[in-house]
Amino acid sequence: MTQAFVGAEAKDGFLRRLSDVLVARPAFLLLLLLTPPLLWLGVIYLGALFALLAQSMFSVDEFSGAVVYQPTLKTYAELLAPANLDIIVRTLLVSAVVTALAAMVGFPIAYYAARYARGKVKALFYLAVMMPLWSSYLVKVYAWKLLLAKEGAVGWFMQAAGLSRALDAWLAAPLVGGPSLSVSYTGMVLTFLYLWTPFMVLPLQASLERVPSTLIEASDDLGAGPGQTFRHVIFPLAAPGLVAGSIFTFSLTLGDYIVPQIVGPSSLILGQAVYAQQGTAGNIPLAAAFCVAPILIMIVFLTVAKRMGALDAL
Amino acid sequence: MLHSDPSGLMASTSSTAVLFRDVSRHFGAVRAVDGVDLDIVAGEFFAMLGPSGSGKTTCLRLIAGFDQPTAGHIEIFGEAVEGVPAYRRPVNTVFQDYALFPHMTVLDNVCYGLMIRGVDKQERRRLGVDALKLVKLVGMDTRRPSELSGGQRQRVALARALVLRPKVLLLDEPLGALDLKLREAMQGELKTLQHALGLTFVFVTHDQGEALSMADRVAVFNHGRIEQVSDPKEIYERPRTRFVADFVGGSNLIEPALVRTWIGLDRPASLRPEKIALIAPGTACPADALAVEGRVTQVLFHGAAYRVELIAPGEGRLVLSVPASAGPPPKQGALVRAAFSRESLHLMEPG
Repeated sequence: MTQAFVGAEAKDGFLRRLSDVLVARPAFLLLLLLTPPLLWLGVIYLGALFALLAQSMFSVDEFSGAVVYQPTLKTYAELLAPANLDIIVRTLLVSAVVTALAAMVGFPIAYYAARYARGKVKALFYLAVMMPLWSSYLVKVYAWKLLLAKEGAVGWFMQAAGLSRALDAWLAAPLVGGPSLSVSYTGMVLTFLYLWTPFMVLPLQASLERVPSTLIEASDDLGAGPGQTFRHVIFPLAAPGLVAGSIFTFSLTLGDYIVPQIVGPSSLILGQAVYAQQGTAGNIPLAAAFCVAPILIMIVFLTVAKRMGALDAL
Repeated sequence: MLHSDPSGLMASTSSTAVLFRDVSRHFGAVRAVDGVDLDIVAGEFFAMLGPSGSGKTTCLRLIAGFDQPTAGHIEIFGEAVEGVPAYRRPVNTVFQDYALFPHMTVLDNVCYGLMIRGVDKQERRRLGVDALKLVKLVGMDTRRPSELSGGQRQRVALARALVLRPKVLLLDEPLGALDLKLREAMQGELKTLQHALGLTFVFVTHDQGEALSMADRVAVFNHGRIEQVSDPKEIYERPRTRFVADFVGGSNLIEPALVRTWIGLDRPASLRPEKIALIAPGTACPADALAVEGRVTQVLFHGAAYRVELIAPGEGRLVLSVPASAGPPPKQGALVRAAFSRESLHLMEPG
């Protein structure tokens, strides 16, 4: 009996015996592997987030400016004051427009890359989409400020193309206009669009790539023209990618506070409001309450997306 | 239009379902389909048989309209289809991987083509449920394709194509992914369905047994060309070329030199394993029969028969099929005598 196991015993080092123990208890191994990341995510990240959100339940004493550590909904009432509500609505609109435009710009690019580009062209596509992410964020934002300025490249191009009238008319329009593109919502949206388009293109491309070409042929075979195939097959199957991309562009715009400071009108955007409240104003509870807004908005967004069946093909 | 008599369908050669005239599809230097002529008769079960890369699937795609020929002429029921997109052709396809829409229920999958045609919702539902009943799939309407087994998915794919009442149904190796028992059951069902509906079925397969058992006529493909188009019996018993003889049923190929010493003709021949009988060594060969002597190199049990391989000095390898009912097979290494009639030696085209 023992004879048969001699060979196995000879190799029995400590590490081998440890492997034996771990292989025999897969649950223990899983626990061992998951504990460090769970500690990081659970304690350091989520813990900090909840600590921040808990701050929104406190208030600031109006006379001393000191934080009163008494649970109250006073800060939330303040958040819903017209001036602050304006900020939230404005930010929502800007984020929605940026997301919609990113989807419109990103879809054809992603579609081409997923369905037609092969080999070198595909590599070039990845390079072109990713390259803007390699340079400094601030450099890009300042570059756009200069491009959009009154004497900037965009204005020059419009003039050269004989479109300066159209540009002036656009700038004269309410809401989207302003003294120049670089201090208008148009400019702000364009800058955001440039910054976040890669985050829309990549998930869209990944989901489009997973649509088997036989499904498109099947739809074709069953009598659907290209438009119908797009509407009934390609788009629904790419919807999870669209939702993922939208989460990126939407939440990135919701939280950004540097772009609106450099490009766009002087009225505040959500990120700027948080920055101002926790910095100059020293109102940490209100800053925290502002932070709750994007979280709630994202929850609503995802719920609606799920209701509409956009996550069905996941 | 219900036909109960398949031979009646075969007789009505006046209407051609699919016609190919010198059709080629080249991908650069690769000649996937190379000068193919085809006449698929309306109402017949037509199989395109060949190894992978022989051009059979490309031909199917040319009929469906997923691909366009680089040269030649294709007609479907008398209408030229050059430049006609797949969605305007009166044909439907059952795909090899079924290609069911994963985001739709079984019923929505089946009703997809009807929805595209603008059939109203009530009518659509009724036709869809009928189609599912036709392929014996009931009570699965609201399931997703991912919740079905391979065999069930196959039935959904079939129902989805049949519900549109296509003039020609194209099937691209639809049974390839099924296990043996299910595959055999589906072969029978497909054949029955085809008879009942009276539709033209064009079936692509690399399985010669499937092609021979189901089809009214078989086209054997090789290197983008058709080697032979005949009914299954003819393909099996009278192969025209070496390739057909070898690919269909693993016949013995006899080289022209050997054929000459036997019967004085300089042509290659095929000899079916089951046409050769074992006789006791030393016994006289029956009149008008040929005999070879050799040593048994391998004996494999195939259920109904033994496959016996022997090497005859000067004549080479020969494979025999010996019925299991004929008693114990010869032992490996035994010296045996094999005889066959001259008529069983089927002469093929030279080259």
